[in-house]
Amino acid sequence: MPIKSYILHFEEGKKEIVLKELHNLQNCEVIPAQNQNVLVVVTATDTEELDNNIYNQILEIEGLKHLSLVSGFDTN
Amino acid sequence: MEQKIIDRRSFIKKMAALAAMTAAASMFPGIIFGYEQEAGIPKGGNIDWKKGPCRFCGVGCGILVGVENGKAVAVKGDPNSEVNKGLLCVKGYHQTICIQAKDRLTHALVKKNGSYVKTPIKEALDIVAKKMKQTIEKHGKDSVAMYTSGQSTIPEGYVASKFMKGAIGTNNLDCNARLCMASAVTGFLTSFGADEPMGCYEDIDYADYFVTWGNNMAEMHPVLFSRMLEQKNNRGAKIIDFATRTTRSSMASNKSILFEPQTDLAVANAICYEIINNGWVNKSFVEKHCRFSKGKIKMGYGLEDNYNFKDEPQSIDFESFKKFLKDYTPEKVSKYSKVSVKDIKYLANIYGNPNNKVVSFWCMGMNQHTRGTWMNNLVYNIHLLTGKISIPGNGPFSLTGQPSACGTAREVGTFTHKLPKGVVTEEKDRKLAAKIWKVPYERIPSKPTYHATEMFRAVDRGEIKFIWIQATNPLVSLPKTSRYRPALKKDSCFVVVSDVFPTPTSDVADVILPASWHIEKGGLYGNSERRTQYWKKMVEGPGDSMPDAWMFIEVAKRMGYGKLFPYTRENHVEEIYNEYRQFHVGPKHEMAPLDVLEKQSGVIWPYVNGKSTQWRFNAKYDPACKNGEDFHFYGNDDGKAVIWQRPFEPAPEMPDKDYPFWLNTGRVIEHWHTGSMTRRIPVLHKAMPHSYVELHPEDAKKYGIANGQKVKVSSRRGSCTLPASINERGLPTRGQVFVPFFDENMLINDVTLDAFCPISKEPDYKKCAVKIEKA
Repeated sequence: MPIKSYILHFEEGKKEIVLKELHNLQNCEVIPAQNQNVLVVVTATDTEELDNNIYNQILEIEGLKHLSLVSGFDTN
Repeated sequence: MEQKIIDRRSFIKKMAALAAMTAAASMFPGIIFGYEQEAGIPKGGNIDWKKGPCRFCGVGCGILVGVENGKAVAVKGDPNSEVNKGLLCVKGYHQTICIQAKDRLTHALVKKNGSYVKTPIKEALDIVAKKMKQTIEKHGKDSVAMYTSGQSTIPEGYVASKFMKGAIGTNNLDCNARLCMASAVTGFLTSFGADEPMGCYEDIDYADYFVTWGNNMAEMHPVLFSRMLEQKNNRGAKIIDFATRTTRSSMASNKSILFEPQTDLAVANAICYEIINNGWVNKSFVEKHCRFSKGKIKMGYGLEDNYNFKDEPQSIDFESFKKFLKDYTPEKVSKYSKVSVKDIKYLANIYGNPNNKVVSFWCMGMNQHTRGTWMNNLVYNIHLLTGKISIPGNGPFSLTGQPSACGTAREVGTFTHKLPKGVVTEEKDRKLAAKIWKVPYERIPSKPTYHATEMFRAVDRGEIKFIWIQATNPLVSLPKTSRYRPALKKDSCFVVVSDVFPTPTSDVADVILPASWHIEKGGLYGNSERRTQYWKKMVEGPGDSMPDAWMFIEVAKRMGYGKLFPYTRENHVEEIYNEYRQFHVGPKHEMAPLDVLEKQSGVIWPYVNGKSTQWRFNAKYDPACKNGEDFHFYGNDDGKAVIWQRPFEPAPEMPDKDYPFWLNTGRVIEHWHTGSMTRRIPVLHKAMPHSYVELHPEDAKKYGIANGQKVKVSSRRGSCTLPASINERGLPTRGQVFVPFFDENMLINDVTLDAFCPISKEPDYKKCAVKIEKA
């Protein structure tokens, strides 16, 4: 049951679009920074496969500039 | 079981989020994640948001505390606060969590036959009063002492001063602000005759350059640093980090310049040399508004007990000053400061270019310095020579580490030599205090007694037989605790500690009094920019916990001084503040009335004609200027600021073959000072669970030390074992180690040296000699 956290960098002016897309994803929590163009994203899924899926879905979001993994846990 | 699994997953998710936020903070110092806190606010609740200041550092951010059903459930930045404009740092957001700590002091504890016995607060206060009175009767009034805090509120500091100096008649009162900004005070007083910065945080909005002198603002003052970064990003303002170690601030700055410890004195003089040599002196400003002085040199370092020093200022002229600076050419200074000639000239050019607006910021690096007063004078010299002072965007700005180091310690004057206005050595100041306090003026002694370090030496010597320590933790924060811990354990001294949580200091107390946390009482704080902030009690404290001011009043009453403290329990904060305001009547220091403070998120003094004075000494902004010129440094009788001739002198203890490393100590973003509050906030404690020793990678390699491996750091005074940190958060230069002091389980102050600035008496925590070995 993987839990992962990422720092997501987005393009100037794309914050709202990126936030909306992330909120539409299941098993995904978002913490936006108030004064920088970055978001903290935390995913919590039941399987490795679902974890891969959500990772790929995030990568496809329009306006995403860079996604860097910070921490990963397995709660099994 | 299922609930436990959910809780565990939810906890791990929080940890994952925190790890990412911490990583983001290292990439973007000052980054704010405000929504994270708001996400924890109960939905649909009936939350009442109450205004107040943050409990932690001296920046003085405005907070809004969400109270529901009598409990503090959330904190957010106050958008109306001109200080933080709604932003907060990670400590600020989580601050109220500590008051729920399981080991919170809720009842008085009295040591009986070696064990602490839970005791009703009234009985404990009886014991304190009886013991204090008996000690005075048997050993004289100078056998009792009080050691307070820059975390004490203005009313608490005021009552402490009135109690000790006005009622008992002893100057045995000092505070932990002596450890953090006393050099800034003596710097301001010797240069300007008036304490505290002339500018305000709004300077950040106008400056082209920020030069930070030994100051890791990204971790220590993150909200202000974020305001600077905003100017860097939006306007192209530049941040120059001048320090002995590479930190998060260095990484976020435009330029990082490293210097050998103690040689900041020489580099500052070299900057002055360059300013003069290149014809960058603002001649009309200097001629009209400055004079030149020199003082004693080779003053010593206060290492011996009963050390005494008095400076003897002598007037000099500009030519003498110019001649003195010939020893500080960039070429000469570069050799021992390890700052390149090019970088010294670069710094001088920043200040010297008349088109640049420059703000210098500093905090502990310059203040915790055996020549701290001199170092403060030297930075003022740079600003005075160029006339870059008391103008929006131009000025020297000393920051403070505690929420009311300015408001309480400096303004109320909880130092041995101070009174709420002026000093004990001046008859007119004693007379004013005696008049307002309604005591015979002869009762207030005219001689200062013990400053902080000497106070604990006096405990060790057996001279002080009763000490009341309030809202501070000296057995973690004093230098050379290896001497002062056994001293406080001696039977010769009765120790009273009032605090919110147990600490290594309360562990040696004879009586422990449970104090209210700041939102459990009303109060006023004064921040680094002369801003006074008032708040009302927001929630009830647990058990018998009591506001510190009221503890002092209760003890004073029991000792027979009741008439001097005619305040009511319900309104004592307001009654005391209104009495205190009488000390500062007039345009140089007028304090705002309570009704104004109640409406606004802080007001800067002098508050004159319904307006804060943002830039003192500048006639355009400061109604106290009366000389008809653009500037008036009215703190000095002749209206002029002083440019001081202060040389470079070496540190008292330097690396040698037995102890080949410099030891530098300091703080981290997650913890505030000795960690007694922030280590009880799980999210902060988990993020930084223990201290560490930073090493340069080449030094680590030479000693065969790997990251995380235990290292014993030893000096001639003591040792401390910590895990190594190599190439992580900070990077010391070769031959230097750095250790944060927040961890009571890794007491690095057993290792530090209790040398201090002879003028300010502030200890130097940044420089002593140590050796390292694998533990």
